[in-house]
Amino acid sequence: MSDTADAPPRASLLNDPKARGLFYQGLLIAILVAVGYFIVTNTIANLERQNISSGWGFLENTAGFGIIQALVPYAETSSYGRAIYVGFLNTLLVAAIGIFIATILGFVMGIARLSNNWVINRIAYWYVEFIRNVPLLLQIFFWYFAVLRAVPDKRSKWSLFDTFHLNIAGLRGPAPIYEPGSEVIGWALVIGLIATFVIKRWAKIRQDATGQQFPMFWTGLGLIVGLPVLAFFVMGGPISLEYPVFNETGPMLRRGFELGTGFNLIPEFLALTLALSIYTAAFIAEIVRAGIQAVAHGQTEAANALGLRKGPTLRLVIIPQAMRVIIPPLTSQYLNLTKNSSLAVAIAFPDLVSVGGTVLNQTGQAVEIIAIWMMVYLSLSLLTSMFMNWYNQRMALVER
Amino acid sequence: MSKKFLPLVLGAAMGVAATSASAATLDDVKAKGFVQCGVSQGLPGFSNPDAQGNWSGLDVDFCRAMAASIFDDANAVKFTPLSAKERFTALQSGEIDVLSRNTTWTMTRDTSLGLNFAGVNYYDGQGFMVRKDLGVTSALELSGASVCTNTGTTTELNVADYFRANNMPYEIVAFEKADEVVAAYDAGRCDVYTTDASGLYAQRLKLTNPGDHMVLPEIISKEPLGPVVRQGDDQWFNIAKWTLNAMINAEELGVTKANVEEMMKSENPDVKRLLGSEGAYGEALGLSNDWALRIVKHVGNYGESFDANVGPDTPLGIARGVNALWSKGGVLYAPPIR
Amino acid sequence: MANVDIFQVRTHEAPLLPAPVSTTGAIGWMRQNLFSSVGNTLLTFFGMYLAYSIIMPFIQFAFIDAIWTGDNREACLATDPNTHAGACWAYVKAYLPQFIYGRYPEMERYRVDIVYAMFVLLLVPLLMPSAPQKTLNAILFLVVFPIVAYFLLTGLEIGDFVVFPIVETAQWGGLLVTLVIAVTGIVASLPLGIALALGRRSQMPIIKLVSIIFIEFWRGVPLITVLFMSSVMLPLFLPEGVTFDKLLRVLIGVTLFSSAYMAEVVRGGLQAIPKGQYEGAMALGLRFWPMMYLIILPQALKLVIPGIVNTFIGLFKDTTLVLIVGMFDLLGQIQSSFSDPNWSTPTQGHTGYLFAAIVFFVFCFGMSRYSIFMENKLHTGHKR
Repeated sequence: MSDTADAPPRASLLNDPKARGLFYQGLLIAILVAVGYFIVTNTIANLERQNISSGWGFLENTAGFGIIQALVPYAETSSYGRAIYVGFLNTLLVAAIGIFIATILGFVMGIARLSNNWVINRIAYWYVEFIRNVPLLLQIFFWYFAVLRAVPDKRSKWSLFDTFHLNIAGLRGPAPIYEPGSEVIGWALVIGLIATFVIKRWAKIRQDATGQQFPMFWTGLGLIVGLPVLAFFVMGGPISLEYPVFNETGPMLRRGFELGTGFNLIPEFLALTLALSIYTAAFIAEIVRAGIQAVAHGQTEAANALGLRKGPTLRLVIIPQAMRVIIPPLTSQYLNLTKNSSLAVAIAFPDLVSVGGTVLNQTGQAVEIIAIWMMVYLSLSLLTSMFMNWYNQRMALVER
Repeated sequence: MSKKFLPLVLGAAMGVAATSASAATLDDVKAKGFVQCGVSQGLPGFSNPDAQGNWSGLDVDFCRAMAASIFDDANAVKFTPLSAKERFTALQSGEIDVLSRNTTWTMTRDTSLGLNFAGVNYYDGQGFMVRKDLGVTSALELSGASVCTNTGTTTELNVADYFRANNMPYEIVAFEKADEVVAAYDAGRCDVYTTDASGLYAQRLKLTNPGDHMVLPEIISKEPLGPVVRQGDDQWFNIAKWTLNAMINAEELGVTKANVEEMMKSENPDVKRLLGSEGAYGEALGLSNDWALRIVKHVGNYGESFDANVGPDTPLGIARGVNALWSKGGVLYAPPIR
Repeated sequence: MANVDIFQVRTHEAPLLPAPVSTTGAIGWMRQNLFSSVGNTLLTFFGMYLAYSIIMPFIQFAFIDAIWTGDNREACLATDPNTHAGACWAYVKAYLPQFIYGRYPEMERYRVDIVYAMFVLLLVPLLMPSAPQKTLNAILFLVVFPIVAYFLLTGLEIGDFVVFPIVETAQWGGLLVTLVIAVTGIVASLPLGIALALGRRSQMPIIKLVSIIFIEFWRGVPLITVLFMSSVMLPLFLPEGVTFDKLLRVLIGVTLFSSAYMAEVVRGGLQAIPKGQYEGAMALGLRFWPMMYLIILPQALKLVIPGIVNTFIGLFKDTTLVLIVGMFDLLGQIQSSFSDPNWSTPTQGHTGYLFAAIVFFVFCFGMSRYSIFMENKLHTGHKR
């Protein structure tokens, strides 16, 4: 497509690739502008004619409805904007916990898929095939509506160690109560993390220079877990546990767990997180399997020849190379999980889409709400692809 | 006509319906030959399809009455099932001609959504349903309860107000679809199911053991349910308004589906005006003068519709109560035809 | 040191080694694959326990305790109030027509059957690599079939002459809606996806930019917000009085959404075509479209058939989301049947969901097998 040194004989404008390119692009812009104009004028005209208010002012108005789970203080008197923010945080919470569980389960299943053990191998195979070929929404319904009926009703419970209790109202456990002095523990954790990071860098430099290894795992564990525990005892145990109150007697409605005591994971959250993690884990398992298989067999043989045992072979040779193949599709699965968390709307978990839908109904401001949805999810996916680009670049440096 | 033809063909081929929503809805309706009516996705007694897809219910009867008054045919109506979220957009965009979907008349909906309520065809109020074995007899005992309801309706706001006003803690679980609320309540997720009292009676039929549940006496809100039309077409608004009024007036005057032909001979001037043998009230609406006769002949009066769909002899078993005529202790009061 | 005898000479016969552990036959196989070490043996037993505790209750529920015949809920209630009965297949049987046709009028259901039959008859030979007349078949399937199916399903009335009475889309439901959305979505998104993929690889900056923005936008948002947008916001975009059928609105949303995914699949195929193919085509003096149409796309599309099938599986599963915007696909129809007091039993929900899971699994698993089959078949041609 590059220009040649001596100018070619003037082709007619019709056949000049540059002119044609300009023409097509101009046409595209014209069409886009026309469509945009069409949509915007129609929308404005429709909104005006139907006397529907528009603009972002409604975000300040009082919401008036309750939300069952809020990570930040929220009451019926809070604003619509606050309600949407609560929904956004709930989306992030489901995504974060879902990603955590899905990653662990996915890696376990992916490695199990490669196991020599026939039983384990087949279980992992059918897990992956079954879960991947059944719609997620159906799985969410299954966990919420079918499994929900199987757990005890509100007036009874299943208990684990007498600490965690499951019934139809959710999973209850003790809630931590932070007393003065507890912030020291937080600082201890931060210091532990920073120290681990610094020591790790130092250990790497030393290993590169001298070949001496440093027991990084135990040191890190000691710093990250040990320091806060130490701080906890030094400060005289500033964190206490509030156990949920379970009433066995009294009026029927009062029996069961008292509202607001202990820590409660509502069943909507449990069902959604479980369904999302199990579903996404099946995809992650396939990614992990493909990633490990992508590492040439010679690598394993070479590691064996060096006398590495099975564990170190996996940890030091196979996984680091497989990760390069695994990470990009893995991030896009994380993104899928986040987007799929919008199915919360089907089972009453107050995520961004679900709360937004309520606000949409109360105010009728469809354009603004849908714009908020799109903006949030697009930003999340933009952030993810930025991370992926960064990661790919970093990995590219390691390559020969 | 020829100018309209091409877009019509193209539109038909693409499944696009082009109607000029703003101008004269009546003319459009007459041209296409049926009334497009927005209804619920299935609420027994109000608008519910049977296994063959035939719709019935109090709200459906209103649509049929409108069709009867225009076409002399109660079946010249098509139904669009709509969720709570879609209903107003569907009406505003002209997808439907009238919305008859147990919709509460509120001030915001009148002022900022561009809607006109044609009246009230059922005076409702929000109530609570609980399991009998909870031993609760009043809504004021519901402190600490978890409440299942539909999202995005006035119900959700009312329940928040009620519990707040009475200083009772509560937990709300709000679902997108009524069927999901019923399923969750039936599974025992919530202690309380709240929606319009009429809806409670209707949804109770869908529970595993309807007999195990009771509706509490408290009504915590006013929910006047009525048919809705777009703003900006007064003629169509009038037709909707007076279709409803004609049904109520017919009951008041004792004109029923069975005796309507006989009543034609009546000397009562009110009856004569209603049935079109005196005056030209129908023409003033843009319809024929026997418009109300058609309504009663094909659909019946309000009382008949009530009894057939939600009354004591139906599975819903709702008493007339506040929905009785003003002369019988209720609040139904239609302006006179004169 | 020097005295060390470096040659070892065996003075007597080495002791006989025991015969090697059998590596063939059932025992040998089990020894190798199940009990090769202590850890492995433990794993095997753990896995067997896990499989047993999942499969046995399932068989118990779906077959042993299941109720196969009956006219109403009485048949499916457990005789002992403290236990649950098994799957209530009688309910699925009673509702099967609704699950397949939705509320399509009974008299007209033969039309849906014709469409189903045409769909299978045209699709199967298209999918079989050995079947003849591919071009004709593709034209029939992609051009003739949609038109015929459209008129069969919606109805055809010319003036007062009624060929097929009109059936509104509000009455459609069940598997019919699932298939209509999935098939239309994939067929309509294919050309759009190809155009977008070409646009994304274009050298014209604006076309490239627009394609990228379009693709990334639709890939970045969840389908459910797209469906909300098409059901709530699309009417606002249109001039006063112009309305779309609800199903059509959903179809538009689904098509735009899946075209972005399709574009990425096709782009993968385009990238896999060696540069020499482009250069060869240009050297022959072909212009852009002939080059694409004759040289590049046939190769690229063949390569991405598995990818297209996978996109289709995803779309097929995603059609269930339309129930959230109030349409009755298979899952929506099943869910709405739960509110029938005539059949409501504690196991109704389990049965309905199990039925849906089986249907979706059969469809999707079949398609993924096909995709693997094609992958293997196509792979051979490109292996060097």
